Amino acid sequence: MTDISASDFSRQSAPRVEARRTRLPTQWLGVAPFFIFALMFLILPTAYLVLGAFQNDRGEFTMENIAALSQPSILAAYWISIKVSVASAILGALAGLAIAIAIVRGGLPGWVRSATMTFSGVASNFAGVPLAFAFLATLGRLGLVTVLLNSVFGFNIYSTGFNILSFWGLTLTYLYFQIPLMVVIITPAIDGLKREWGEAAATLGATQFQYWRMVVIPVIWPSFLGTVILLFANAFGAIATAYALTGSSLNIVPILLYAQIRGDVLHNPHLGYALAFGMIFITGLANVVYIWFRMRSERWLK
Amino acid sequence: MKAGRTWAWLTFAAGTAYFFIPLIATLEFSMRMRRGIYSFDAYQVVLGDVRFQQTFGYSVLVSIFTILLGVLIVVPAAYWIRLKMPYLRPVVEFITLLPLIIPAIVIVFGYIRMYGSNSPLPFLATARGTDLLLIIGYATLALPYMYRAVDTGLRTIDVRTLTEAAQILGAGWATIIARIILPNVLIAVLSGAFLTFAIVIGEFTMASLLNRPAFGPYLQNIGANRAYEPAALAVIAFAITWGCMSVIQVLSRFAPKSANQPN
Repeated sequence: MTDISASDFSRQSAPRVEARRTRLPTQWLGVAPFFIFALMFLILPTAYLVLGAFQNDRGEFTMENIAALSQPSILAAYWISIKVSVASAILGALAGLAIAIAIVRGGLPGWVRSATMTFSGVASNFAGVPLAFAFLATLGRLGLVTVLLNSVFGFNIYSTGFNILSFWGLTLTYLYFQIPLMVVIITPAIDGLKREWGEAAATLGATQFQYWRMVVIPVIWPSFLGTVILLFANAFGAIATAYALTGSSLNIVPILLYAQIRGDVLHNPHLGYALAFGMIFITGLANVVYIWFRMRSERWLK
Repeated sequence: MKAGRTWAWLTFAAGTAYFFIPLIATLEFSMRMRRGIYSFDAYQVVLGDVRFQQTFGYSVLVSIFTILLGVLIVVPAAYWIRLKMPYLRPVVEFITLLPLIIPAIVIVFGYIRMYGSNSPLPFLATARGTDLLLIIGYATLALPYMYRAVDTGLRTIDVRTLTEAAQILGAGWATIIARIILPNVLIAVLSGAFLTFAIVIGEFTMASLLNRPAFGPYLQNIGANRAYEPAALAVIAFAITWGCMSVIQVLSRFAPKSANQPN
């Protein structure tokens, strides 16, 4: 009887006083490690930084740190971070969508789809420092593509102003994990487009173009937009690839924060907190929008 | 339909070109170390480097502890929520999504400020404590993937019936989790484990800011100072990622596809 009273059937059996007293803590014991861990190593450290962003050295409340984010070098860092993240998210989403549509709806053989999905799983996790090495070996000054274009076609991409250590270089590199991530997330949504919808549209006399414009795009739109935002947050927080690729020559926010943590380059610890708060604020905002789109898109994919 | 298929092939070809040219270029570059001919010199140099062996060994060890910590935290919680506290699910799912919202660099920044030598919990005062903090940080990063893997695994088994059967036979909670639930979701846990491994092995930010001799900072250091070795390391890293994902794919074939009985 004592064993069964531990399960929630005991609510129907006559509750004894001491049983109820001992049950309350054991109920929480199973999830306690998780919540304590999350509190100590995820929520409190973040809250510490957020609170620090609104305090001065004496611990008084202030908006000065947030206001100080508006200095030109920090604004420029946020701007380039946002630009790279937006560009790699939108381009990655469009390219990923095209690939997903091609493998689901393009009438390609089955192995193309499974190979693409497997490769996408690998490539979406191939980020960080090694990815930077791969792109330096490809499009760096001595990279294979740079050298081949120069020796075969006599075309020097560096003479056009391209540089792997630049906005476009970083965006092109980020696409290497952004596109596969899009493919992995959006393919189920494309699968969710029912054949019947296309047939119904055709029965009603819709052209292929009308079917796409009035059926496919409106249905995919929320999950597409939602994934764009997820890709944005994904690129915004990334540092390792950019750091290994450009050193500190491209001043994106994570690299600035990295330098701040290492050596207080901003000469104000609380400004560092504000910088971190700004990052959480932007990715948090993006994710709130993402969750909202996600909820809207799930209505269609049941 | 013919035009559609041509278009699909073109898209696929363009994607293949974008994804394979860097891989080919990296492979080619990594073999250029000896002037004039292709050789595996760069790989020999890298694999023979003592610091490579040390940092790689360190990162493998750290990722193993990360996986153990992740399992210890996630499996009981996910099980308990499925069995007894389904109303907590949205809260837990939200928490497990937080590491995707809060960048790793911000999390580790918080650790450095909160657990410094003068704090009540001085993790950073000793090297062992810092190792522990790094493992904890990695477990946090892996939380979204680990939780989702385990939760998917739990969905495919009838948690309630298994638990009640075990209870009738006199099993305690530790026995139930270790000997009934864990073996049943082992394949899901292993998928989560290999994904964790792929994420942790070359992680740079946390290891670098906590000053630990891990593989990620070593990679960065080599990248800043050498020419051909980085390419060889990139090929090795890609092979490791590929290996982890292949194992997950193979594992998923053994996993049960759907619940035997709906909960």
